[in-house]
Amino acid sequence: MPKPIPVPDELSKPFWDAANEGRLVIHHCKDCDTLQHPPRPRCRDCGSENLEWKEVSGKGRISTCMVIDDGRIGRMHPDQPFNLATIILDEDPRVNMYSNIPGVPVRQAPEGAAVEVFFEEVSPTQKVPEWRLVG
Amino acid sequence: MTQPAGWWRRDKEGTGIWPHRGKVAITGWGQSPVDRRWDGVSMDKTLGAYAMYAAKMALDDAGLKPEDVDGLICCPDSMAGATGGSSAVWAPRPYFEAPYDSEDGLTIVTGGWLQKNMPGLTNLKYNPEQVPAIGEQMGMAAQAVAEGLCQVALVVYTAGNLQGRYRMGGENAGDTVSGNAQWTSVYGQAGLGYTTTGVMQEYCQKYGTTWDDVLAPVVVNEHINGLMHEWSYYTLHEPYALTIEDYKASRFVTYPMRLFDNDRPVNAVGAFIFTTAERAKDMKQKPVYVLNHTGGGGGPLRSSAPTLVEMESWVDRAARMGYEGSGLKPSDVDIFNPYDGYSPFLPISLESFQWKGAKKGDAKDFFNGDITVHGPFPHCSGGGNLGVGRTRTAMYIDGIEQLRGMAGERQVTTRAETAICAFAPGGSAAYLYLSNDITS
Repeated sequence: MPKPIPVPDELSKPFWDAANEGRLVIHHCKDCDTLQHPPRPRCRDCGSENLEWKEVSGKGRISTCMVIDDGRIGRMHPDQPFNLATIILDEDPRVNMYSNIPGVPVRQAPEGAAVEVFFEEVSPTQKVPEWRLVG
Repeated sequence: MTQPAGWWRRDKEGTGIWPHRGKVAITGWGQSPVDRRWDGVSMDKTLGAYAMYAAKMALDDAGLKPEDVDGLICCPDSMAGATGGSSAVWAPRPYFEAPYDSEDGLTIVTGGWLQKNMPGLTNLKYNPEQVPAIGEQMGMAAQAVAEGLCQVALVVYTAGNLQGRYRMGGENAGDTVSGNAQWTSVYGQAGLGYTTTGVMQEYCQKYGTTWDDVLAPVVVNEHINGLMHEWSYYTLHEPYALTIEDYKASRFVTYPMRLFDNDRPVNAVGAFIFTTAERAKDMKQKPVYVLNHTGGGGGPLRSSAPTLVEMESWVDRAARMGYEGSGLKPSDVDIFNPYDGYSPFLPISLESFQWKGAKKGDAKDFFNGDITVHGPFPHCSGGGNLGVGRTRTAMYIDGIEQLRGMAGERQVTTRAETAICAFAPGGSAAYLYLSNDITS
């Protein structure tokens, strides 16, 4: 499915570079040991600027899944209806990411099911994290 | 005098009763007819023409003339923007003769345009350019009158949408996304409708219920209430009541969110008159006093998607803040017109504001009870956006009319002395507290 291509900025570039290398990295506060996503200039919890990128397992589960039947993103219109799931990470369920869970028919995504990350090419120079059911 | 950004905003807990409680009143309202789109031909139905129509109606309601207005608080909002609500810049080309020779008057209406084109607006001393959308706009007007920036404020809110769709242009129509959208739009998540759907799905999981069971009855009730406004979209263009079966048969926009969980994009303008309580005493209508106003966002988003826990905490906070500043308790609130720009806002606001004693998880039973305007729990008696189209004004108009005892067919049969009205999407805290009596 053609997805919009993210344009990295100074803060997000390490995330997207890692995606191109097949790694999922998340902003981590070294002072209070908290993960945060999307990245921010400061820790959401303690305000520290002592942040690093931490590679995570790429394991998670589906929290909720809706279906985009009539959406706003023009590039994705030809593929409607499609899934839009919220994935929560095993490392910290407060950290969530979106996914289209490719390969799962619409309205059949099992909420709570285990998923793992893979990386989908959205342009010749950019991959993005995606998630698929485990097992 | 230059004031700091957001100077009017009341967004903190622990500040006590609003110092200007009861010292400002709303004395007039006006509303244009609500059309689906401007037809591109009828010059008496442009957004600009409708702004003047609504303003004149509000002034007539208050028994005032344009010359009496010294504050114009006009929000040049447009609903069809690319991603953030700015004008869609979608007016027909070439433009028309003045005053319709630019976007201003067609896709937006600024205070400057209205001042120039509405006869009699000659005594303005306060006409700010940076005016927020109606939720905070109403608070800004109350605060402006309270602080003496003006004595008679004309509030104009435009709901322009020539495109007739929401946010289909700009980056949403392109190949790349940047800023916050790099985390969301890549996967098709492009706005509050989606985040709200996810939160409601969590709600159903947590409280053991289903989407349709919670939302069908409240959406149907809003349509019934909306049909009791003579100006609403449905009254003018689709004058028949929605049924539970209609709701359940409607197509999905974002499954499980249905068509009728979304408000109709419309072309319409609303207007209101705020003045001092002292001056209001001698005006044409019974004053409706402002007890408090709140604003600001609910709180920081933890991750990519808001969660039910976050949303509930944001609206809980908005309720605490509003009750504190107004001096009201949940049991004091007679009329409850929360925002419904997406129907899932309704269970959250009902429970956070504890209206009629509702607690977390009660919304399904509450909405399946008697919530009609003539019953004991007249929820959203104004019909909200879902009942009239996305004017974002029905909540306020109904609050004023109910407290005046002039809501006609919609007049509730329960006590109607206090009201909460809102344009508060998502975790917004933009609520307005009204009363027809400040003696107690």
